[in-house]
Formats: sequence, structure tokens, C-alpha cells
Amino acid sequence: MAKVHVTTTINGEPMEFLCEPSDTMLDALRGPLALTGSKEGCASGDCGACSITLDDQLVCSCLVLAVESQGHEIRTIEGMANGEKLHPLQQKFLEMAALQCGICTSGMLMASDALLKRSPDPSEEEVRFWLAGNLCRCTGYDKIVRAVMDTAAEMRAQ
Amino acid sequence: MTELRYLAPATLDEAIGAFAKAGSAARILAGGTDLLVQMRSGVLKPGVIVDIKKIPEMTQIEQTADGGFRIGAAVSGMALHDHKTFGKVWPGVLEAINLIGSKQVQGRASAGGNLCNGSPAGDSVPAMVAAGAIVTVQGPNGRREIKVEDVPAGPGRTNLKPGEILVSFALPPRPPGSSDAYLRMIPRTEMDIAVVGVGVSLTIKDGTVTAARVGLGAVAPTVLLVEDAAKALIGSKLDDAALAKAAAACSAACRPIDDKRGTIAYRIKVAGVLLKRTAAIAAKRATGK
Amino acid sequence: MNLVTNNKWIGQRTIRPDGMDKVTGRAQFAADTTMPGMIWGKVLRSPHPHARIKSIDTSKAEKLPGVKAVVTAKDIVDFTIEKGAVMLGIQDMRWMCRNVMARDKALFPGHPVAAVAATSEAIAAEACQLIEVDYEVLPWSIEIDDAIKPDAAILHEFNKFEGKPSNIAGRLEHKKGDLAEGFKKADIVIERTFTTRPVHQGYIEPHACLISVAPDGKTTIWSSSQGQFMVRAMTSMLTGIPQSDIRAIPAEIGGGFGGKTIVYLEPLATMLAKKSGRPVKMVMTREEVMRATGPTSGSKSTVKIGATKDGKITAAHGTFYLQAGAFPGSPIRGAAGCSFTPYDIPNLLSEGYDVVSNRSKVAAYRAPGAPIGAYAVECVMDEVAEALKMDPLDFRLKNAAKEGTKAAHGPVFPRIGFIETLEAAKNSDHYKAPLGKLQGRGVASGFWFNAGGESSAQVNITEDGNVVVTTGHPDIGGSRAGIANICAELLGIDYKRVSVIIGDTQTIGFSNLTGGSRVLFASSIVVTQSTEKIITTLRERAAKIWEIDPEAVKWEQGAAHPVSPNAGQFEPLTLKELAEKAPAMGGPIGAGVQLNTTGADGGFGTHVCDVEVDVDLGIARVTRYTAVQDVGRAIHPGYVEGQLQGGVAQGIGWALNEEYIYTKEGKVDNPGFLDYRMPVCSDLPMLDCIMVEVPNPKHPQGVKGVGEVPLVPVMAAVANAIYNALGKRFYALPMSPPKVLEVLEAPTQQAAE
Repeated sequence: MAKVHVTTTINGEPMEFLCEPSDTMLDALRGPLALTGSKEGCASGDCGACSITLDDQLVCSCLVLAVESQGHEIRTIEGMANGEKLHPLQQKFLEMAALQCGICTSGMLMASDALLKRSPDPSEEEVRFWLAGNLCRCTGYDKIVRAVMDTAAEMRAQ
Repeated sequence: MTELRYLAPATLDEAIGAFAKAGSAARILAGGTDLLVQMRSGVLKPGVIVDIKKIPEMTQIEQTADGGFRIGAAVSGMALHDHKTFGKVWPGVLEAINLIGSKQVQGRASAGGNLCNGSPAGDSVPAMVAAGAIVTVQGPNGRREIKVEDVPAGPGRTNLKPGEILVSFALPPRPPGSSDAYLRMIPRTEMDIAVVGVGVSLTIKDGTVTAARVGLGAVAPTVLLVEDAAKALIGSKLDDAALAKAAAACSAACRPIDDKRGTIAYRIKVAGVLLKRTAAIAAKRATGK
Repeated sequence: MNLVTNNKWIGQRTIRPDGMDKVTGRAQFAADTTMPGMIWGKVLRSPHPHARIKSIDTSKAEKLPGVKAVVTAKDIVDFTIEKGAVMLGIQDMRWMCRNVMARDKALFPGHPVAAVAATSEAIAAEACQLIEVDYEVLPWSIEIDDAIKPDAAILHEFNKFEGKPSNIAGRLEHKKGDLAEGFKKADIVIERTFTTRPVHQGYIEPHACLISVAPDGKTTIWSSSQGQFMVRAMTSMLTGIPQSDIRAIPAEIGGGFGGKTIVYLEPLATMLAKKSGRPVKMVMTREEVMRATGPTSGSKSTVKIGATKDGKITAAHGTFYLQAGAFPGSPIRGAAGCSFTPYDIPNLLSEGYDVVSNRSKVAAYRAPGAPIGAYAVECVMDEVAEALKMDPLDFRLKNAAKEGTKAAHGPVFPRIGFIETLEAAKNSDHYKAPLGKLQGRGVASGFWFNAGGESSAQVNITEDGNVVVTTGHPDIGGSRAGIANICAELLGIDYKRVSVIIGDTQTIGFSNLTGGSRVLFASSIVVTQSTEKIITTLRERAAKIWEIDPEAVKWEQGAAHPVSPNAGQFEPLTLKELAEKAPAMGGPIGAGVQLNTTGADGGFGTHVCDVEVDVDLGIARVTRYTAVQDVGRAIHPGYVEGQLQGGVAQGIGWALNEEYIYTKEGKVDNPGFLDYRMPVCSDLPMLDCIMVEVPNPKHPQGVKGVGEVPLVPVMAAVANAIYNALGKRFYALPMSPPKVLEVLEAPTQQAAE
């Protein structure tokens, strides 16, 4: 069975990998690309733990075929920090205890980042509805929502 | 193990050729938010996947000279949301498409995929039906147009002929005083399949409804165009009696099932409740009040 | 033990040590690990709810190219029924060995019957399909009422109740006083029956493990679990590999809530790795998690409470039937033992019945059994208070357990903080806030035992004067942060100089599993004792340098100082300086302590919940929530709040929308997050917390376990709020929209007798 060769850009870097046509982008990230920061919680697009961006669009990587990434720009949690410099959202999540077990955290951060890029001054309701696709079972979402809104305020002030 | 082939043709003719050739082994890939889930669960084992996103007509949103819209079948909910004018003209269709799944799903899911997946509960369909959308399909025997309400054939099935691919939705120009709305009942606030979905499109002149269409989803094997509900609204001032009559028409049109999402009795009741609420929102938008 | 006050680190919201890795995607969860030569394992599962397995033919699977090993029950150690119970903690290994792999019977759809390891997941899955199993399908039952019918198909013929084969696998009771007399004294008696559906812990990370077995049997296990020692012990007992040959390493765990306190995959992957000679990775799909791992029990409870007209409870009787699933072991202990415990009740009978049926074996879920029992008791408490025309918090205050009260499950309470939680709830802004149309407010309280148990720690001073703390419990709530706070506080050094890691079974002493709200409680005791030993050593070394008596040296703010000017004029010796001098002064500075910790008394909470109901659609939404809890001492307030908020969110889901739905064929109809409806972000309001601190006198920092109590009162608080809004009571969970509408449209129910 011949694998497909895919060339894509991940976190700004050109990358190539081999995959089955039926592999999802999540399979490719966690397998041949060894980028395990995106997590599999359900493989059906219901939990958001696998969230990435494809051409700056927030998507579930479990709902994108790996082959579809050919020629496009993929961004994952591994690309969120700039070397040692954390993204303000990452820093805020740490400071405000917006994570416990951490399995949803990659997806939450990717989704929150996508929100703030579109909507720098979101209301609590907007944040909650935007993050509805990211399940968390540990935190009850309270500190996550607060962290996103605080970060938004800080980023606007800069 | 069956070998899966992935194709991403650049033209519609190529796509139709490959799709028709592979017959029942082929599936169209737009957003993939249904297809990939069905493949993963083993419900579907396609031999060929035809990705239509490289075909320009499939991903374009066009406002036509007469003020109507043509939306490519593979346009994502997010792309439609970001269009400068679409949401102002068709807020109901837009909100319906953007209730499918999560923000992540809306980054990929399309009205075309939602319609062709054939779920009676697909959120975009009642709104498209209420809007009076006409879909263009193209197959080995050429191009034709179908009323959107004539596309669904039953759960998981459409009236598209073998080899036909959905190309675009045409929404008619809006007379002044027109707007639409979509509401659904779900147990949580997001992320559920609609237990009942209602789309209402209205034109109101001097307080009186001059045109109306009502689409009702998740209460029958296909989405329904409820003409009796529309008739009850047309000519009325959306007074309580007219709304009650329209609501009753919706409840009467239901042929629902008991399933893990709702009971028959519940769906029948909710269809009526939602009709009233959806019509009220559409009216508010249509009259600017 | 001296309570530490004037804290620099205790009570601070420090950055959790594992946080950086988790926000950057670097944290290694079990499914993220790989080993060279790794192959994949998959499980073949029974499609039938109940069937005798007549034969299994794996020959075709074994021949498929790429298949490296096949495992069936023959490869798993049998703990024979006749030999009697073999307990590991609360688990009977006779059930565990049958739960991980069916022996003569498949007892639920999803029950493993074989496992395959192959060079790819796809090949392993295909090989499973080639295994031929000859099933003799048997009648089945899932619901409690069906399982206890006289003609119900019996799951375990050897199990007898009242002399006959039965699906009732156990009974326990707690008794106090004279029940009949007690009810005679009551002016108001209310008796109600409640049902709940099974619900899943809902951890977002599916079970996963990676296991390597060397030719000499030396085994390495990475797995997602709440206890690496439990993993080692269970795997050892089920495979025959000695414990000393097994290194069980706890990966970061993506949620557990009790569901990962047993093993499912590890024994299978170990035998596959042993037979194939290759490391084997096994990861459950979400569907497998929902079908084949333990949700908690569905239940049927009847609660009767009697009180005098001035509000004193005179008697209470609770009967709690809990669904165990395929094997005995539902949490009747929690249901019967915790539900009445917040109250001083002179005459009491609390009975629990363990009922087996054809669904997956129950696993622990956050205060197992207690939320089920509390739902029933706290709803009846609400009805009694209403009948007495008393404020529901006042009614609870009038009957509250306090120091000296004899609890239902036996112990006499020491100083506890339950009354404080009631008073804090009553005085809260929330309780005083006005309510609008179709809005309602409910309250409920709850108790959970909490646990101490075995814990080991090793604290070592590095050569450059910093600290490494190794503890033995997987960290699911933020315990590493709490431990770092405590250690930094005791040594008087900057928090950042303390590194906390979780050891594996070969690098740290035995530590009981993460659960029972015990991790911070137990590990902080052994960390404290280890650190105190180190401080003694540091003082001795400084004393030697200064040539004074060690009694004349004190340790403060990260350095040794003379106790007073009389002892001598010496410059303080810092931790760094003493560490550098260590080799010449007697060697490495470190200490370890292993204990069976005690002194964990129970936890109490009182919750206030507001709802708003859309009466035309039957949708209840929680609009405001306050959880008050006696937390002893909040070592890290952020993560204590996190426990409260997490438990509340789970309880709201349990109350409103979560439930297992079965098809007519007895299979789970909603084995995914689409139709198993857990709360999403937009479903919930902010979840306010009031932490009452009544320090635990038996703990060096006053810590009480906090993790489980938060789930206990929630469903009753929501149900009581919905009653307050609508005037209709609910006696079944979940209160999902079709059910709410049905109750709203039903004729008015009989009033309380």
C-alpha cells in the first residue's frame, strides 16, 4: 500500500511526511511529524483537544485529512510560544490556574488565540460560545474564561 | 484492506468524471466534518475521495447583479460569516450554518455538505428551505437546478442522481422589508444535534406579512417546507392568532421519532413553540424594530 | 504539630511546576510516548450483553502478516471464584481478571474477549475481525429493576442472596438508635424514591499505555493512571510477573476522577509485549471508553426523614440500590455511609444494595456513591424544610453535625467545619440576591469520607543548594504546586528553587493511589517530615561548623542562625553554602519518609444554586452557583478552587443532561461526546467558591482533602432550585428538557403527607 507524500508548512517551517490517504491531520501530527501537543479526545470533532489552525482558520485536526494540508499553512500549539517567550495567553493560563490535567489546554489555547485575533474585546458570553467546542472536565471553565478575558484586556492595553 | 484514493481536481468536469467513474465507492469531500467522522466510525469505507475545494465555483460567494447570492457548495460557515454583506441580507441562513458543531467545525463545514449528508436535523437546511434556495447540481448529463426542499430524500439520502455533484446555492434577491431567522432546540447551549429546527423567512410591508416560507427540521425523515404555516402568516400582522395557527401547522406537519435526542411528543410541542419565536425574530429583523 | 502561620508560600497562587509543559504542548501523556520497535495493540470486544463463550479461534488472526501476538483469557492469571476474595485495595482480583478479559462469559457489550498486537493499528484491527468467537447468547438485564426481578437472568450463578442465586451481590447497613421509635416522635415524615442514570467520569484523555517486556521479564509501563503502584500490582497479579520486575511510570494524566484507579489495557499490553518481544502501545478510542470502562452506578434510592415541628430530625431511613455493572462492587459504602452524615440523627438506618447487571463494571467517580445518596437525602431535606416552613439552611443548621456528633458510618467527629459552611452560604451575597421570573434557588450539603493512606516522599538537596522532591502520587489536581509551596515554606526559600516530580514504582516508595481526596493531605505529611529531617541535618552541620550545640541553631528564611546572641556571633549559613560543604561534612543531604498517614477526617460542603427555566422548552440553565467548603487549609487557593469548580461542573452535567442511553439490544446508544452531553463552556456561569478554613488539627499544615466533596451536593442543589422556580419536584435524573416538559405538563402531584 503506497503512502502519500505531503509537503506542507507547520509553524512557519516547511515540512514533509508520508501518510495513508485516510489519515487525519491529527494522525500525521502525532505520528510521522512527532508533534504530540495536539491531543485526541474523541476523533469525531466534539471535544476540540486537537485544535489547530489551517491557513489561520481554527479547525479540528481530526476532521482534516492529512493530505489536505498539502500547500497550506498549519499552526499548532508547538508554534504558539516564541522560543522562551510565552504567548500572553499561555502566561495567563499559568498565572490564573486555568488548567489542571492539561489535556484540553493545547486546544483551549489555540481556540482562544483564534478568538482574540478576530475579536480583541470579547464579552464573557462571546468567549464562552467561541470555546463551546473545547471540552474541559477539570476546571468548569471558570478560570479559563477569566484568563482569556484578562489576556484580551492586557493585549488591548499594549 | 481497501486502498483509498484521494483526488483534488481543479475543474468541475474532472471532479464529475472521477466521481461518476468510481460510482458508489466515491464520496465528495468539502469540509469533511461529516465524512471523516463516518469514516472513522466505520459507517463509510469509501474507495475514492474527491476533494472539491480546489474548484473555484465551489468556494466562491457572489452577489449577483439582481441582488441575489450564489454560494459555492463548499463555502465554509466561517467564510460566509466573514463576507461583508451576506449576513446582513440573510442573517437566518448565516446563523443556521454557523450553528453546525463548534467554531472549529464552522471553519470547514459547508451548506453543501450539510445538505448532501442528508441528516433530517442538519441545521442549515430549514433556513435554506425558508430562503427558497435553488441548488445547481452538475453531473455526467449536464447541469440542472433543483429546489432545495426537493434535495433530501430520507435520512442519509438525497435526490441527486449518480455522478451528480452539488455546485452552488442561489438565493433570490430580497424585496425591502425582508429578513429571516433560524432557531433550534438543543438541550445544551451548543454542540448538540437539533432536536427541532425552524427557519422562517418573511417579507413585511406596512406591518402585514406579504411573503413567508417556513422550513422545519429534525421532525420527519426529511426537512419539511410547511406551506400551511406560511399560509397562516401571509396576510396577517403576526398577531397571536396567526402565530398560533402557524405553530399548530408546524406541529401538525411533524412526523418525528423517539430517539436519544427527543421524544415524539416533545418534538411536536417544540415545533410550535419555535415557530412563534423564530417568526418573531425574523419580523424584528425585517422591520428593523 | 505547629501550624505554620505568616506564610510566604502557603496560600499563594504559585505557578504549578508542570504548567509550562502543559501550555506549550510538551507534556507527555501516555499516548504521546513512543519506543523504538513499538507495535500497536487492539482489543476484540463482545457484541453481546450476555453470552457464554464456547470457543475462541485465533488462528486466522495469527496468520495475518504483521500480527505479532494474540492474547486471550488463557494468558491472564485466573483468580478462581471458589478460592474466595483476593483484595487489592477495594478491588477483588477475581472480578478484575475477568473484567480485563472475559473468561467463560461475556457480560456486557464491549467486554474484551481477545487482544492483538501488530505492526500497525489498522492491521491489529483487521486481525481482531478475523478472530472467530462462538457465543451462546443469553438473556440480559441492565436496569436495577430488571436485574432484581425473580426471573432475571443471573450473571453469576455462584452469587447468592438470601439463599438463592441472585444479581444482588452485596448489602451493607449503618444503624443507630431505634428507627420505629424515632419516626413515632416525628410530626412530619416525608418519604420519596429517586432514580439516577449511569454517568461517566468524562475524562477527556482516553486510557492509554505503552509497555515493553524484555526477554528476562523486566517490564516497563507508561500509562495513564491514578496510581502507578496500583498498575504495578494489578499487572503483576494478572500476568504473573513479579512486582520487582515491573517499573510502572505514571505519565501525565488527562483526567481520571476515579475512572483510572483500575487497569483495563495494561495486563493485555504486557502479555502482548511479552509474547511478541516488542513494545506494545494501546490507546482506547472514545467509543471504547464509553462502552467498556466504568461509568458510575445508576441508582434507585428511597429516603424517609422524620422531624418534629420545631425542626429537629428524629429519624431517617435510606435504602440505596446501586448498579454495579458486570461484577460486584458498586459504591454502596459511599451512598449509605455519607448521605446522612452531615446531620446529627439519633435514629437511623442506611442500607446499600449492590446489584450486578449486563453493562460495564462500575468504576469510582469522585466521592463514589455519595453524590447518589446525597441527591436523594438533600431533596427530601428540602421537602421537610418546606413542610416545616423553615429556611432550608436554617433546617440544616438546626441538625448539623459538629464536634462530638457520632457519624452514621461510626466515627465521632472531631472539630469540623460543616456549620461554618452553612453560615457562610447563608451570609453570602448569592443567598441574598433577588430572583426574577421563572428563576429559582436551591441549596444542598454534602459529606465525603476523605482518606489518608500510604505515601512516600524523598527530599534531596542538590549540590547547588536547591531542592528536589520526589513524591509517589500522580498529580491530577495540582498537588505538585501545593507540595512545592509547603516545602518552600518550611525551608524558607524561594518557591522556584523547589522541583517536584512524581516517581515511578522503582524510584519512590509505595504510595497509595490518587483518589479519596488524599494526595495533598498524605504527601504533604511525608514531605513535611522529610523536610524536617533535612532541617535537623542542616542545623547539625551548622552547629558543627560553629562548634556549638545543635540545640542552639535555628533554621529560618533559608539559612541556619544561632538561636540567640548568647550562642555566638556567626554569619548565617545558607542552604547553598551548606550544600556545597556537604561532601566534607558527612555526605549528601536528603531524607525520605514512608508512612501510612492517618488523620484525614471527612469534608463538608454547602452549595447554593440559581436556575432559570424556559418553561416552553423545558430547558433549565444554571445562572449562578456558589460552592462553600471547609477546605482545612488552602495551600494553593487557585487549585483548591479548581477542585470545587470542576466538581460543580460535573454535578451540573449529571443533574441536567448526562446519562447512558441504551438501545433495545442492550448496547450503549450514545458512546461519544456528541450525545453523551457534558457541560460545554457556554452552558455554565462563573462558579463562585467560598473556602472556609477550619484547619485539620491532625495535619502539619491543617490540610483537609478537598477534591471529592464538590460533586456531592450538586444534583440536589440544582433539583431544589428547579423546584423553587417551577413548584414541581423531580425524582429522577437527568432533568433534561423532555423530562422537564413532561413534569410541567403532568397533573399536579400529591403534596407531602
